[in-house]
Amino acid sequence: MITLAAGLRLPTNGLDYAILAIYFVVVLGIGFAARRSVKTSLDFFLSGRSLPAWVTGLAFVAANLGATEILGMAATGAQYGVAVVHWYWIGAIPAMVFLGLVMMPFYYGSRVRSVPEFLLQRFDKSAHLLSSVLFAFAAILIAGVNLYALSIVVEALLGWPQWVAIVVAGLFVLAYITVGGLSSAIYNEVLQFFVILAALIPICVIGLKRVGGWDGLSGTLEKKYGHSFLTAWDGTGIGEPNALGANWLTIILGLGFVLSFGYWTTNFAEVQRALSAKNLSAAQRTPLIAAYPKMFIAFLVMIPGLVAAVVVPRIGQEGSDLTYNDAIPLLMRDLLPNGVLGIAVTGLLAAFMAGMAANVSSFNTVFTSDIWAKYVRPGREDRYYLRFGRLVTAVGVLCSIGTAFLAATFNNIMGYLQTLFSFFNVPMFVVFIIGMFWKRASMKSGVWGLVAGTTAAMVNYFWIYKQGIIAIPTDQGANFVSAIVAFVVGAVVMVAVTLFTKPRPAAELAGLVYGTRSPGLEEPPAKGDDAWYRKPALLGWGAIILAALCYVPYSF
Amino acid sequence: MSDYQHEVDLERRSATAARLFDIRLIIGGLFTLYGVIVMIAGFTASDADLKKAEDININLWTGVGMLLLGLFFLAWIKLRPIVPPTAEELAALQEDTD
Repeated sequence: MITLAAGLRLPTNGLDYAILAIYFVVVLGIGFAARRSVKTSLDFFLSGRSLPAWVTGLAFVAANLGATEILGMAATGAQYGVAVVHWYWIGAIPAMVFLGLVMMPFYYGSRVRSVPEFLLQRFDKSAHLLSSVLFAFAAILIAGVNLYALSIVVEALLGWPQWVAIVVAGLFVLAYITVGGLSSAIYNEVLQFFVILAALIPICVIGLKRVGGWDGLSGTLEKKYGHSFLTAWDGTGIGEPNALGANWLTIILGLGFVLSFGYWTTNFAEVQRALSAKNLSAAQRTPLIAAYPKMFIAFLVMIPGLVAAVVVPRIGQEGSDLTYNDAIPLLMRDLLPNGVLGIAVTGLLAAFMAGMAANVSSFNTVFTSDIWAKYVRPGREDRYYLRFGRLVTAVGVLCSIGTAFLAATFNNIMGYLQTLFSFFNVPMFVVFIIGMFWKRASMKSGVWGLVAGTTAAMVNYFWIYKQGIIAIPTDQGANFVSAIVAFVVGAVVMVAVTLFTKPRPAAELAGLVYGTRSPGLEEPPAKGDDAWYRKPALLGWGAIILAALCYVPYSF
Repeated sequence: MSDYQHEVDLERRSATAARLFDIRLIIGGLFTLYGVIVMIAGFTASDADLKKAEDININLWTGVGMLLLGLFFLAWIKLRPIVPPTAEELAALQEDTD
C-alpha cells in the first residue's frame, strides 16, 4: 500500500488551494448539469448509450489512470527501470485493440448493460450471479483502495488528517455520481485526463532538465544500476536473474496475454465506458482511441520514476524512510513552483476520485441491473430502478470507506491490485474467450470455469508461492505465474465440463458467439462513420504497430 | 427478446436527453481559466520560483498550454455546435418520464 514518507509536506499556498477549490466546484457543477440528462435508468447506468467516441475513449483511459496507477507505475519505474513500459506497450495495447476489434461487436450488439449480463445470455444464471457478486465485491474493494490511498497522500502532502480527506473525497464522489450517474463520472474522467497531463508534463520537463536531459539521465543510471535498467528486455531470459522477477515468457503470457486481456476486456469498470457510446462504431473505437494516449502515458510515468532514482539516490533503499511510491510527490515538492504545484495536486486528487468513481459507477450498475433487478425485485417500473441505483451508489461509497483499510497489508499498490485481478479477472477472461469462440461450450461450463480459475490462482499465490513451495523471486513475478495457472486451469475445466453437460440451444446464441449475428445488429452506420480515420481496423492495427515501434529504442 | 426491445426503447428515449449537455464547454472554460491563472503566476514569478524549476518559467509555459487547450475546445464548440433537441422532442421526453 502507499505509505508516503513523513516530511513530504508540499509548500502549497493560497494560489494552489484556489486552483484546487475551482476544480471541486466544477466537479459538482458537472454532476448537477448531467442531472438534467438523467431521465431513465439507462441514462443513469449507461449514459443512455449516447456519448461520442472521443468522450468514451478518454474516459476509458482515465478510468484506468487512477492515482494508484500513476504513483504505482512511477514507483515501478524507479524500482525496475525502463521495464515498467511492459505494463503499457505489451500489457495494455494488444488487449485494448482486441476488445475494440473482436469483442465489442458481441458486447454492444447484444445490448447488455454489463459484463456479467453477457454471461447470463451466453451461459446461465449461476455464472451470472457468481460473476456479478465477485465483481461487486472487487469494485467496492478497489474503490476503498483508492480512497485510503488518497487519504494517506493528502495527509502527507497537505497535512489534512486522514479522516477529513476520506470524508471530503467520499462525499464529493457520492454527490456527483448519485446526482448525475455515469455521465457525470465519465465527463469528470475526461476533464481529469487533461488535468493529469497538465500535472505530469511539467514534472517530466523540469525533471529531465535537472538530470541533464535523457543522455544525462541514462548515463547516470547506467553507471549506478547497469545497462539492463535502461532496457525493456535485457536479463529476461528464462533462468536469468532480473529485478522484475519475471522472464520473457511470463511477461508475454502472464502480463501481456492473460492479466492484461483479463483486465481490459472483462473489467466492467472499463468496458462500461465503451458500452455507453452512441453506436457500435463509437463503442469499437472507444478502447482504440484510448490506446494512443495510453501508449504515451508510459513516458510520463517512467520519466519521473527514473528521475527520482537519480535525484534521490536513497529512494527505496534499505534504511531510508523514502519508498518508491514517493517518487512523484518528491519531484512535485522539489521542482514545481506554486501555481503548477496546485495543478499537480489537483490532478493527483482528481485521479484518486476518478479511480474511485469509476468503480462506484460500475458497482451500482452491476448491483442494480444484475443482482437486484434479476434476482431480488424483477419486473418493477424503470423509475424504481433509477431510484434504487441512486440509493445503492450511496451504500457503495459508504462500504468502500469501510473496506479501505483492508489494503494496508501490501506495500506495493500495483502488486496488490494485480493480485486481485489475477483472482477475479483472469477466470472471467477464459470464460469469455471460450464462450465467444466455441459454440459448443455448455451452459454449466461457465460457472465451473470461473470457480476453478479463481481457486487455482489463489492456491498458486497463497500456497505454492507464499509458502515457498516453488521459489518465485518477487510478488510481480508470482502474479504473472498465478495468472497463467488460472487461465490454463479454467480452460481445462471448461472443456471437461462441456464434454459432460448440454450446450445452449443454437437459437439463444445469436449475436453472442463468433459467426452468429444478433437480431438487431443491422443498424446502418451513422453519417461520417465511414471516414477512413474512423475505421476500427485501421485505428487498431495502427496502435499495435506504434506500440511495437515504441519498444525499439529500449530493446538493445 | 423482450429485454432487447426494452433496452432499444429506453435508448430511443434517452438519445434526446444526452444532447442537453456539452462537456466541451466545461473543459474549454476550466482550462481557459486555469491557463490565465497559471500564466499570471508565471508573469509574477519570483527568482526563487525560477530557480526551483531549473530556470524554466514553468508556470508561464504550462499556462500557455492550458489556455491553448481551453481555447481549442471553445473553438470546437463554435465550429461544430451540438444540435439542440427540438421543442417537440423535448415535449415528447417530458411526456415519457412525467
